[in-house]
Amino acid sequence: MSGGPEERWSIARRLTLFLAAMVAILALVSWGMVTSFAREAAGRTQDNILAASATSIAETLRSESGEVRLELPYSAFSMLGALSEDRVFYRVAVGDEVLTGHADLEGPDVVPGEVVFATLPYRGAVVRAVSLQRTILSDGAAVPVTVTLAQTREGVQAIAAGLSRQAAVLSVLVFVLAVGIAAFAVRASLRPLNTMAQHLATRGPSDLRPLRRQGPPELMPLVKALNRLMERLGGSLRRSEDFIAEAAHRVRTPLAVVRTQAEIALHSVEEEGQKQTLRRVIRAVDESSRSASQLLDHAMVSFRADDLTRERLDLPALAGNVAEALRPTAQMKDIDIALDLDPATALGDEILIQNALRNVLDNAIKYSPAETKVTLSVRNGGGEARVTVVDEGPGFGTASAGELTERFRRGARAEGVVGSGLGLTIAEEALRAHGGRLDLSGDEDGRGACVSLILPAV
Amino acid sequence: MRFLLVEDNHELAEGVVQRLGLDGHAVDHAATLGDAEDCLAVADYDLILLDVMLPDGDGRDFLSRHRDRIETPVIVLTARSQISDRVGALDQGADDYITKPFDFSELEARCRAVLRRRGGTAKNEITLGQAVFDPTAGTLRHGEEVLDLRNREIRLLEVFARNPGQILSKGQLLDRLFSMDADVTENAIEVYVGRLRKKLDGVGVRIETVRGLGYRMDT
Repeated sequence: MSGGPEERWSIARRLTLFLAAMVAILALVSWGMVTSFAREAAGRTQDNILAASATSIAETLRSESGEVRLELPYSAFSMLGALSEDRVFYRVAVGDEVLTGHADLEGPDVVPGEVVFATLPYRGAVVRAVSLQRTILSDGAAVPVTVTLAQTREGVQAIAAGLSRQAAVLSVLVFVLAVGIAAFAVRASLRPLNTMAQHLATRGPSDLRPLRRQGPPELMPLVKALNRLMERLGGSLRRSEDFIAEAAHRVRTPLAVVRTQAEIALHSVEEEGQKQTLRRVIRAVDESSRSASQLLDHAMVSFRADDLTRERLDLPALAGNVAEALRPTAQMKDIDIALDLDPATALGDEILIQNALRNVLDNAIKYSPAETKVTLSVRNGGGEARVTVVDEGPGFGTASAGELTERFRRGARAEGVVGSGLGLTIAEEALRAHGGRLDLSGDEDGRGACVSLILPAV
Repeated sequence: MRFLLVEDNHELAEGVVQRLGLDGHAVDHAATLGDAEDCLAVADYDLILLDVMLPDGDGRDFLSRHRDRIETPVIVLTARSQISDRVGALDQGADDYITKPFDFSELEARCRAVLRRRGGTAKNEITLGQAVFDPTAGTLRHGEEVLDLRNREIRLLEVFARNPGQILSKGQLLDRLFSMDADVTENAIEVYVGRLRKKLDGVGVRIETVRGLGYRMDT
């Protein structure tokens, strides 16, 4: 399942692209404006020079003995040459008669007293032309003299194009720089968000402390909402734990009353049938209380396995403590717990490993005949730490290890012993959570069970 | 032995008092931590059985507050899960813990283990003929000779010693000796009685077979 583009694209990517598009539009617009200004400015300059040149030509016109005379001033053409290498054409006409210059040059129509410009084709090129008219007194008569000056536009256009190119290079530079800054700014602004996300990701699932991190005000509603959520979650977890404890208390106390009363009754009744009934009651109570604790333990292991505390475990010391705790239970059947402890260390959750070993050892004691021996050993080698429990009980029969660690599955020879079938499952789960495993075997003639708790050694 | 039971459930407390009474123990009952303090102020106990959830507070808090003042060994009675609760009880100064509902043979075994660990007391010794039987230490002293008894032998001998001259059926003995989850036949009783007879040889007490009824110990 993939979300829409808005979900798949990161905020950083979207913001950067958006900013880049904006900068690109701005750069294009400014380049266009610079280009049109450059063209206009170059054109105006040409016009001004053309006008000035035409005027200075017109000013040299004189009337001498009834004839209009012209001395072409050099300066007029040098001005035009200063702007560019463009070709220059001119025509001076007195009335309709061409006095000098290119006769075929047709300038714009003149308006008396004004300088008139036009852009027109001439001899295969586009030229900018200017026309002005001056009236000269010749022999007492006013003679109109028209001066037309034209220049090709290549040079002017080249200047405009050069300016436009420079503007384009500048725009691209500005674009690249602006996009870089935008990307950096986006990243920098999103950093508190990313830091918060990373911080949350590295947390264990049961770490429900509120976020204390101060961030930009935009993030505060999110932080507050998260903190409220975690508070509610924590509250509900605490309530479940309290509920489990309370449930256990509520269930077990009446069971304890029933069991105690049944035991008292067992000692006061004489009739064997009644005794048998009472024994059954007691066994049923034991069974339900054992199931209840193992179900709770199972829930607890699953819960804790999600978020393991990993401390250094001194396995011989841990094994010794578990053996000590179960010794009175073993003594009731005169079972000896023999210890054979080598030094070994593993990393893990002490309570879970202790509980796993307790379940395994408790099983061994339960299924062993009276006056036998249960051996608890700790070995270290091949990168593995092994805590092994060997008993002299009926063993596992033909059931496979996988079957035995299934929930509620009990060995074929478990007849007549109170149990819920969760003990090995709990141990197996606790070990798996630590990257270890449970190893089950019987000895050769099928008598006696051998259960190893295997953990990566450190 | 003299117990102080701190337990707010009256039915359970009554049952425990009665049941321990059957084994010849004296039990005082306190329903609250306040009552428990009153009891401890006026009497000496061999053992305290302390519930965790009490109306006027948490048994474990009581324990950590008074551990330096109270010398008596404490076994905590808890109704909670192994993982979450038991370890906590030990950290706070309990000698051992047992989960409700408990097997009385297991409770006794744990009491004995705690008392033995704490160095025991001589006041529970029982004289049997020329020998002295210490159920806590699990020994039978006869002159210079000290015999170690196995747990089931201790319990069997204790039952006989506390009911002198009384006929005890195999069924009765079975219920006292074995916790309910053990599938044991009455033949096992014959085996243990046989062993006890050997160990009591020359002490001056005998376990007689009363045909069809059971056994009786005469001093």
